[in-house]
Amino acid sequence: MPHWAPVNLPAAFLLHSITPGVSNMIAKLAKTCTLRISPDKLNFILSDKVANGGVSMWCELEQENFFSEFQMEGVSAENNEIYLELTSENLSRALKTAQNARALKIKLTNKHFPCLTVSIELLSVSNSSRVVTHDIPIRVIPRKLWKDLQEPTVPDADVSIYLPVLKTMKSIVEKMKNISNHLIIEANLNGELNLKIETELVCVTTHFKDLGNPPSASEDASQARNPEQMAEVRIDIRRLLQFLAGQQVNPTKAVCNIMSNKIVHFDLLHEDVSLQYFIPAFS
Amino acid sequence: MWKLVGGGTALSRWICPAQSFLAVFRSLAMVEKTVERCCISLNGRNSRLVVQLHCRYGVRKTHNLSFQECESLQAVFDPALCSHVLRAPARVLGEAVQPFPPTLAEVTLGIGSGRRVILRSYQEEEADRTVKAMVTEMSIGEEDFQQLQAQEGVAITFCLKEFRGLLTFAESANLSLSIHFDVPGRTCHLPRPAIFAIKDSLLDGHFVLATMSESDLRSPELHRLAPPLQAHSTPHLDDFANDDIDSYMIAMETTADIEGSRAVPSVSFSPGHQPPASPGPYSEDNDTEPSIEPGTPPPKKFRSLFFGSILAPAHSPPGPSPVLAEDSEGEG
Repeated sequence: MPHWAPVNLPAAFLLHSITPGVSNMIAKLAKTCTLRISPDKLNFILSDKVANGGVSMWCELEQENFFSEFQMEGVSAENNEIYLELTSENLSRALKTAQNARALKIKLTNKHFPCLTVSIELLSVSNSSRVVTHDIPIRVIPRKLWKDLQEPTVPDADVSIYLPVLKTMKSIVEKMKNISNHLIIEANLNGELNLKIETELVCVTTHFKDLGNPPSASEDASQARNPEQMAEVRIDIRRLLQFLAGQQVNPTKAVCNIMSNKIVHFDLLHEDVSLQYFIPAFS
Repeated sequence: MWKLVGGGTALSRWICPAQSFLAVFRSLAMVEKTVERCCISLNGRNSRLVVQLHCRYGVRKTHNLSFQECESLQAVFDPALCSHVLRAPARVLGEAVQPFPPTLAEVTLGIGSGRRVILRSYQEEEADRTVKAMVTEMSIGEEDFQQLQAQEGVAITFCLKEFRGLLTFAESANLSLSIHFDVPGRTCHLPRPAIFAIKDSLLDGHFVLATMSESDLRSPELHRLAPPLQAHSTPHLDDFANDDIDSYMIAMETTADIEGSRAVPSVSFSPGHQPPASPGPYSEDNDTEPSIEPGTPPPKKFRSLFFGSILAPAHSPPGPSPVLAEDSEGEG
């Protein structure tokens, strides 16, 4: 039995509609992830451990956009949050059944082991009712580890740029992966972004132009910088590909922030779901 | 159109890898367009099953498939003797197994409260399992079944992979599937095989699957394999599915060769009655003295699939002969 107080076991919450797309996306990005439940939000978190290659992810959903009923009770009044660790694929598989659901309910339960129970009442042609229940095993994360699971602070970027169509990027990076393990991503304030690979035998660069740059937060910094000057980061190409593979649908908004030689930060918005993905420079 | 030609001797049994037979008809579209006639014959001399496709423009394609004679193995079963029966369109059952992970090995089928039919993923209990697996359960109302003759609480566990396979077949022919089963009880403590039957005007099929010794819908933590793993002799002929025919034939030959030197636990019993004391064909009895039965079939898990054609059979099939049903503990 895990060591957590059953007294604080959170209550049920109901889902009106949740796009399986979110959980599919998470499943492609991280094998195991943390689900943080708070009164107004749900977060899927991957923290930057060595095992992930230093990659971290922060995905946020506003509870009211997805749930018709939501009740939760965290560990305590001051810490009204719940952190659970689960295998992402389990959740995406469970929600896949929900595509033809009449009703969907997600509860935290303790059936011989702590689970996230997803209960789905299926639509069927006849009046017959069919109910599918998935018990997803979870691990409740103790409070002392919560500090490692907070929203990453985003340092000021050297360059911020809007991304090109992600599908296009993905097909290019897929081909580049066959040539090199590392890729340089560089961009400037002139709306230009390049993906470069360099080996002994060959250098390949794909140029994207006229992408546009989001308005800069800091006036001074952007004015000081030469718009032609590229900010670059050398990253592990597989991490970039993993990120792009998770994007089945083109996001509403997609921004890339580059901190030269340090980290590349992808900031996406898919309708009501925000996703941030950090890939550190390859050292 | 069928035409049975030739007499020959008494019907005997042969096996041929399904993969190679299917390969002849791989491209259905092409077969439908170009093939006028298909002649299937047995060439006993060279142990070849000859499939000859007579195509348009005088083209004739001849396929020589190797086969081996096997022991006349016939499982003793009778759906009429089973206490419980479920019947539903294969489509309903096909939809019912959809939510389960493709890699899941076994599933438990039973009757839950309110006479709902429950399918639940079966987890083998492993003491040192650190990462628990997801448990999926599908509950279907009684109204989806054409026949439901079973009490609440009964349950059997069998191989999901095989079940999916036979469902695909039954669905493609738009048939209903009957599931006949018994659960271990007072009279017989051993698991009985479950019989999945399909029937229409053209064919009559029985798929016999082994079941686990203990299945309990109510308390999943009680799921444990009473006999050791190998006794779960669910047929896995498709272990060979990915092998090419050569390695398959080699496997058959080598096991036949070393049979004489290896003690193989086996069970034999005469047809028509099953003394309660003797183990059934699907269970392993650890106390059985290992003995070498002559002509024991190669030690692989077997599958029984009996097709009786309703269209004027040439002669009635032979009565059941003494069965050597070897449990699947062996090399494998």
